[in-house]
Amino acid sequence: MAVEFRGPGRVPVSLNVNGVPSQVFVDPRRTLLSVLREELGYMGAKRGCGHGQCGACTVILDGHTVYGCLTLAIDCEGREVRTIEGISNGQDLHPVQEAFIEHDGYQCGFCTPGQVMSAVALLEENPHPSEQEVLHAMAGNICRCGAYPNIVDSVLAAAAVLDIPQGGGEA
Amino acid sequence: MPTIRRTKVEFEGRIEEREVIVEEEHVVPWERGHQMRLVGKPVPRVDGVARVTGRATYTHDVQLPGMLVGRFLRSPHAHARVTAIDDGEARALPGVFGIWHRFSPPEVGGLDGRELFPEELFYEGAEVAFVVARDRRTLGDALAAMDVGYEVLPAVQDFESATAEGAPEAAMGASNWITPDGSIYERGSVAAGLAAAAAVVELDFTTQVAAHCCMETHGSAARWEGDLLTLWHSTQSVFGTRSSIAGALDIPMDKVRVISDYIGGGFGSKWGAEPFTLMAALAARATGRPVWAMLSREEEQLVAGYRPGSRQRVRLGAMADGTLTLIEQEARVTTGAHGGGGHVIGGPAKDLYACDNVRTAVWAARTNVDSARAFRAPGYVEGTFALESAIDALAGELGLDPLDLRFRNYTETSPSRGQAYSDKRLREAYELGAERIGWRDRHEKVRQEGPWRRGWGMASQIWGGGGGPPANAIVKLLPDGTAEVMVGVQDIGTGTRTVLSQVAAEELGLPMESVRCVLGDTLPTPFGPGSGGSVTLASASPAVRSACREAQRQLVALAAVMMELEDVPVDRFDVVEDEIVYADDPAKRLPLREATAKMGNYMIVAKGARGPNPDDRAVNTFGAHFAQVMVNTETGELKVERIVAAHDIGRVVNPMTATSQVYGGVIFGLGFATTEQRVIDPGTGLQLTANLEDYKVPLGIDVPKIDVLFVDEADVSANSVGSKGLGEPPIIPTAAAIANAVCDAVGVRVTDLPITPDRLLPLLQQEVMP
Repeated sequence: MAVEFRGPGRVPVSLNVNGVPSQVFVDPRRTLLSVLREELGYMGAKRGCGHGQCGACTVILDGHTVYGCLTLAIDCEGREVRTIEGISNGQDLHPVQEAFIEHDGYQCGFCTPGQVMSAVALLEENPHPSEQEVLHAMAGNICRCGAYPNIVDSVLAAAAVLDIPQGGGEA
Repeated sequence: MPTIRRTKVEFEGRIEEREVIVEEEHVVPWERGHQMRLVGKPVPRVDGVARVTGRATYTHDVQLPGMLVGRFLRSPHAHARVTAIDDGEARALPGVFGIWHRFSPPEVGGLDGRELFPEELFYEGAEVAFVVARDRRTLGDALAAMDVGYEVLPAVQDFESATAEGAPEAAMGASNWITPDGSIYERGSVAAGLAAAAAVVELDFTTQVAAHCCMETHGSAARWEGDLLTLWHSTQSVFGTRSSIAGALDIPMDKVRVISDYIGGGFGSKWGAEPFTLMAALAARATGRPVWAMLSREEEQLVAGYRPGSRQRVRLGAMADGTLTLIEQEARVTTGAHGGGGHVIGGPAKDLYACDNVRTAVWAARTNVDSARAFRAPGYVEGTFALESAIDALAGELGLDPLDLRFRNYTETSPSRGQAYSDKRLREAYELGAERIGWRDRHEKVRQEGPWRRGWGMASQIWGGGGGPPANAIVKLLPDGTAEVMVGVQDIGTGTRTVLSQVAAEELGLPMESVRCVLGDTLPTPFGPGSGGSVTLASASPAVRSACREAQRQLVALAAVMMELEDVPVDRFDVVEDEIVYADDPAKRLPLREATAKMGNYMIVAKGARGPNPDDRAVNTFGAHFAQVMVNTETGELKVERIVAAHDIGRVVNPMTATSQVYGGVIFGLGFATTEQRVIDPGTGLQLTANLEDYKVPLGIDVPKIDVLFVDEADVSANSVGSKGLGEPPIIPTAAAIANAVCDAVGVRVTDLPITPDRLLPLLQQEVMP
């Protein structure tokens, strides 16, 4: 019997992840999540279900949250992908990350990277969300441990911090 | 010196006499009101940065050079016989490194007495073959290319058919009956209880099957270096995993290291080695490459356990003043092919109230589904729903306030053990909760808004969580004045790493940032218990204190020499703030860091052990939940508006992480009460809800306002830290409190969970249109 690979052959895909351009050669059926984790070493996004039902793989694509497990890598050609690894600046955490620590916005932490990414995207789009807006924006992220009350507190606290004008006054 | 002692050991509601090796702690308990720098403070988690940056490494994230991925092919039938397996096409795929099944068996054939690849498969998801491949795509292709012949057999899915004459077997060579004798507990007599009763209530209840739904699925990664096996395993028990895998592979324990640094959810289902653990180890040995084997979400829902459903009958009798004369609770549960879980449904009935006549019985039977597992307060969640609903009904029958009925039957001693409690402050929990929700003036509040009716309900809870020996800790005090604390427990998301660091830093007189807690790894740490039964803190923290106390004594002895006071006994020195002070001449003092710096490369290494529990006391945790709900009388919709949760768990080491645990428990309880249920098609025996969309766990938008209250008084006779467990207590009373509030709102008692609109609406129609 002849040795055969299944599926179409690998294709080149150019990705821009956290501002770093890279090219991968992948099977067209590979998801963004799989390429991030298995080809590029971004392990922050998790595979909680693989069906777009839990939100643990949430990343930001061109400014909007997507489920990494439902997004094909080839569809991300030339687009901007941001992951949990890209929102902090070296040792400096993003205000949303700081707030999650300060308000205990997690328990086991497995869903946390997805929760943080949903919160970051929300605050970039709507810097002054109400509690209800936070709940709706984050309704795609399951936290089985039930950290929700503290997650909401974290996001609202981060919004308040981000709202403070930088550099000591209004421009 | 360790010694062997016969003592009572409590775990998840079961108490047994066992011989255990214990050491004395030599530590004076922290008294109530003891002033502390760190213990009792809302210290943020020490591993917070790792968790929010995605840098925390879960088993799911382990990547090793040359690593292969492995997965089982699983039975698509509830009961079937494997007649043939053709793996030729799968083996021929490039990148497939190995396939094992009953016709191509691995070198070890079983785990914990069960065959890995039996001919007869007793449940959907049973293991048929294990495949390893170089990546997930190839693996998926190979699994799809496997050709298996099945002879489908009749299956049983409910208690009656499983226990009927001539029923199909639900497990190899075992009767479908697990407890044909009903595991009966009895004190006094039912007849006497009925004779003394002025009022009797009798109610039937059902509770549904609930799934753990850990966000990180179960799984393992295995790597061999020569004859040394390293296993990453998403587990609540690294030491339990080590002994079971060493036993299965027949290799010495010292050749196995089990690591579980971060665990993505552990609610009772992640315990020892599992078939995927064993096959990952065997495949890694056979291929010479590391093997990663995590369950898919569908597999997680199919074969990683659940809380068994139950059918219960509760009969209560009471005198006119509310004094209980009888508590009788019977339950029937089905726990899958290999049993387990759910056998202590009668636990709360035995101990929650003073009552002379108590009888509980639990009949368990096997069915053709995967096995039930421990799930956050197994048995107690189901049992408390029925018992506390019936108590509420009894209060109605007697015309008493439900809270007053509970005060009437309050007990200061453990009814089943006949011993005083080490400490019991359920009374304070009742009072705190009642005051916060406004229980006493609830009847004066707004009870109607359009079609919505509002109501209030409450329920109480008892659980163990006293922990006990054996548990050890090792502390290394380093020359720069920092410390490493090594404990063989796990942090399953409860904050164990943080609270043990608080206890260590408190005892050593160091700041939080100078203490590093190492856990979840069998190599560097001494034994610690599995994280189940809410025992982790109460077992491990006294051992940590004890080790830190010993380390400090050694440092003080060295400091005495450094201060030229070598003839002064160690106990004449105090550690005040960060200085060692000679009590008889406080001018003579030496900063801790100066003392450690003078050690050069010497490092103090001290160990400590968890001392024994008091043998003449029952150690338990208590709590009460109060619920405020709204019911839409037109649609049957239920809106839980508020839960007030008041708990007595002894000393609260960290009010922030403790509050988080209560949120988690209440939200699990909310899901159990309102939305969660596993559904199995009765015709085929196949699960219809094996995902996170059809199985509905709560989202943030479903969560009501939750108030968390702690009595927060140290239980000084329980252990030297004065803390007891909190993982399980807050899930226990939530469903009953909600159901009781529904009854208060609309006058119908829902006795079947979950309380969904399709259940509530017909009841409402009966009530409105009799």
